[in-house]
Amino acid sequence: MRILTAFVSGGVFGVGLWVSGMTDTRKVIGWLDFFGNWDPTLAFVIGGAIIPMFVAWRLAAWRQVPALGGIFPAAPEPRLDPALIIGSLMFGAGWGLAGLCPGPAIASISWGGLQGAVFLGSMVLGMAVAPRLRGGLESRLKAASSSS
Amino acid sequence: MQSDWIWGLSGGLMIGTAAAIYLLVNGRIMGASGIVGGLIEGTARGVAGERLAFLAGLILVPGLLVVMNGGASTHITQNAGLVIVAGLLVGVGTRLANGCTSGHGVCGISRLSLRGIFATILYILAGAITIVALRQIVGVA
Repeated sequence: MRILTAFVSGGVFGVGLWVSGMTDTRKVIGWLDFFGNWDPTLAFVIGGAIIPMFVAWRLAAWRQVPALGGIFPAAPEPRLDPALIIGSLMFGAGWGLAGLCPGPAIASISWGGLQGAVFLGSMVLGMAVAPRLRGGLESRLKAASSSS
Repeated sequence: MQSDWIWGLSGGLMIGTAAAIYLLVNGRIMGASGIVGGLIEGTARGVAGERLAFLAGLILVPGLLVVMNGGASTHITQNAGLVIVAGLLVGVGTRLANGCTSGHGVCGISRLSLRGIFATILYILAGAITIVALRQIVGVA
């Protein structure tokens, strides 16, 4: 059952990404182009996506347990650490360069052609090396804070 | 196009509904980078099946609809160097930050998470600056 609902969720997510224009790099780059020919479509996508999830978090707080058992994910510590800042800046730069973020890159793999596959391959490689970079970043920050 | 916002809003509602199903039924955060990254790192092996099923749906369902619709294009740049650099930045960045557009943007903002809101502002800002830089300095895109 968990497998089936995960498949359905992935499918609805993918269709939503395609319908909304998130898999079209021109729409994404147009949305990020605030200082040029700005395309506001993605504001509707993000706004539309937040509405059901806002309700879902309320329902989660009320019901206490997920329908198939287990526990709801705990809220992360409200801490803005360097990894969050550096990572988000890197991600945004890559998003602006190619116009794809992880979900749409995966959803569009069957029609994204060679460059779509190259992007996904590079992204997966980046994800595989990220834990080592995170370790290096944290030890460097620890060294910097202890020497100061 | 004038009707683009209707497609954006309906697609957005579908994205949020998918995240709501994954949260309320499976009890998990629908974050694309977390699902792929978790599989790569082999964390929480008990949920690997769910993660693979999610990815299968994410690839197969829109793929099938696009074929039935006569195809689609991502209009991605043909500059392979740019694509590789972008892919690496997205891969490393989303794992360092522990989330991407779906995890921080959709699931985080809707929970009023400080980290999610902050990350979303930062990556949109970084994307906007990158596009200005590409256009002004390099003269491409």
